[in-house]
Amino acid sequence: ATQQAAGGGRKVVVIGGGYGGTIAAKYIRMMDKSIEVTLIERNDHYISCPFSNLYLGGILPDLSKLTIKYDKLAANHGIKVVQAEVTGVNAAERTVTTSKGVFNYDRLVVAPGVDFRTEEIKGYTAQTPEVAPHAWKAGPQTILLRKQLEAMKPGGTVVLSIPLAPFRCPPGPYERTSMIAMYLKQHKPGSKLIVLDANPDIVSKKGLFLKGWKKHYDGIIDYRPAKKVTEVSADGKSVLIEGIDEVKGDVINLIPPQRAGAIAVSAGLVGPDKNWCPVNPTTFESTIHKNIHVIGDACIAGAMPKSGYSANSEAKACANNIVNLMNGRAIVDFSGINTCYSFLSAKEAVEVTGVYLVDKEKNVIIAAPGSVGVSPDLSETEAIYAESWLNNILTEMSS
Amino acid sequence: PPTAEMLSNACAGCHGTHGGSAGPSMPSLASQSKTAIIEAMKKFKSGERPSTVMGRLAKGYSDADFEKMGDFFSKQKFHPTSQAVDPAKVKHGAELQEANCSRCHLDDGKEGKDDTPVMASQWLPYLNIQMQLYQSGARKMPEKMAEKVKPLSKQDLEALLHFYASVK
Ligand SMILES: Cc1cc2nc3c(=O)[nH]c(=O)nc-3n(C[C@H](O)[C@H](O)[C@H](O)COP(=O)(O)OP(=O)(O)OC[C@H]3O[C@@H](n4cnc5c(N)ncnc54)[C@H](O)[C@@H]3O)c2cc1C
Ligand code: HEC
Ligand code: HEC
Repeated sequence: ATQQAAGGGRKVVVIGGGYGGTIAAKYIRMMDKSIEVTLIERNDHYISCPFSNLYLGGILPDLSKLTIKYDKLAANHGIKVVQAEVTGVNAAERTVTTSKGVFNYDRLVVAPGVDFRTEEIKGYTAQTPEVAPHAWKAGPQTILLRKQLEAMKPGGTVVLSIPLAPFRCPPGPYERTSMIAMYLKQHKPGSKLIVLDANPDIVSKKGLFLKGWKKHYDGIIDYRPAKKVTEVSADGKSVLIEGIDEVKGDVINLIPPQRAGAIAVSAGLVGPDKNWCPVNPTTFESTIHKNIHVIGDACIAGAMPKSGYSANSEAKACANNIVNLMNGRAIVDFSGINTCYSFLSAKEAVEVTGVYLVDKEKNVIIAAPGSVGVSPDLSETEAIYAESWLNNILTEMSS
Repeated sequence: PPTAEMLSNACAGCHGTHGGSAGPSMPSLASQSKTAIIEAMKKFKSGERPSTVMGRLAKGYSDADFEKMGDFFSKQKFHPTSQAVDPAKVKHGAELQEANCSRCHLDDGKEGKDDTPVMASQWLPYLNIQMQLYQSGARKMPEKMAEKVKPLSKQDLEALLHFYASVK
């Protein structure tokens, strides 16, 4: 009877098998085996962005440690994993259309990560990432960027272009700066890294990054704040800042501005900013379409940054409350964590961490007072723990 | 207020699902003594116990939250690990355990009692880091534990930690 009262059926469909989607699927099944969960993901494997900068730095020989499969997750928890492209969502009919047919749902979890606002960069075409890789989705793009770095002659120039926030992983571009600089220092003497940051300043862990850059990469990194790239050449070897100043590079790592994954946009889940999905901060249910929950990079999670750890934490809270809603039980208050480790050299890491809850008057996620902060200094111990963090969170996602 | 489950699941991104750490250095919390978890969280929060990340995290929670987390993790299934340990050290450690540490670290470290943590199967790099913190004075050793630890050589202590890491 309670199931009827709670609004019916027992089917959940999850779109996206990344940091958010895998965890939502797993935790729903761990909390209630009577709910049928289907996870739809376009690829038969997932490659983690976290630690992909270490591959660019030459610390990791390949991406194997960052790659997970879905077979154990499916078998251990009875999740139906379907490899397919989701092409449409019909909120009224509660259906999801994919390259492998139509799926019904009672509740839908949308966790597609980000896509790029390439239309904001003049000259950006489908070929641009092949010549000026973003490497902001780990996989072939990351490998391409490393190959370009390897092929560059010593004394060359690398350009890294950082978009305006918000983007996936606030400290990510600065970790990348550190790792590319480390690679240049070790393998390409005399080379330079020009960082064109559209933001007025380093977005995250500023003091720590500046300290690490001075300590290890003095004379290699040329950091330029408030330099927004608005145009790219067809050969991907030159960019324009605000349509005027040209900057040339032997390798250009052009990270375009971002928005919620395309499927979230076409499903009509993005808000007035046309980029990100507004949600109820406790259940992560869309404030636009009922019975659809959005988690991870795609959603607006108040003070929580767009990170893998946030996606993991949001997924668990969302799963918990989906199970409560489907069983007619009371919603449980949100509690979440974010942590983001960044490497500054082969052996030193730092992190930013925080605890999050919902401000009930304003109905938004805020940081628990006093909990948000960064490491006091570069630390070899944090690097040891960081490696274990990756192993634990990927194990969570894949088993 | 959030439930024990809501609070504790958020920790699993670092400590593993239900507190069973896949390692190789983040400590497992599964089946840890409830009081040991609560005491550790309070000491992280006050700064009495040194930490990399836990001190800042603990500031985000109340004593009532710690109580719930301690309750949740202490009830999870023990998480045995298969670590690379040195058999000679394990043997030597097993011999030392009985005479030196077994009064508090009960049943080969499998049982945690009150504020004494479970040691069995804990990740070795974590135990090494904590022993270094004790010996540098940054983490305060319980007085009676210090009496036992001080006379032992570096090799003896290493052997004890290899032993604990090997217990399943
Ligand atoms: C260089 C870099 C470093 C980073 N480092 C860290 C770090 O150290 N720590 C940290 O916490 N975070 C880090 N991040 C951020 C982290 O990668 C993201 O925040 C996280 O991946 C977000 O999870 P998600 O589930 O929202 O999206 P994703 O993990 O991107 O997952 C989305 C999934 O959905 C699938 N998908 C999308 N659309 C469809 C469709 N239509 N049909 C089928 N499948 C679809 C995709 O294939 C993908 O597998 C880093 C990011 C970058 C780029
Ligand atoms: C970002 C990673 C991270 C997160 C998130 C995290 N921990 Fe920890 N935890 C650590 C690390 C690393 C240590 C070792 C101490 C240190 O350096 O901070 C630790 C140690 C501990 C210990 C001491 C274990 C022992 O044997 O003495 C306890 C208890 C603990 N954590 C509980 C928690 C709880 C409860 C949460 C969630 C509220 C949590 N942790 C979230 C990384 C994390
Ligand atoms: C009198 C009781 C007692 C004795 C004897 C004792 N311990 Fe402990 N041990 C404790 C307590 C209590 C703690 C947790 C204290 C704290 O908060 O630091 C602890 C913690 C530890 C830890 C850290 C574990 C963690 O999860 O962080 C290590 C390592 C350890 N002991 C090793 C030893 C060794 C080795 C011996 C013997 C040589 C020993 N102890 C003897 C009581 C004891």
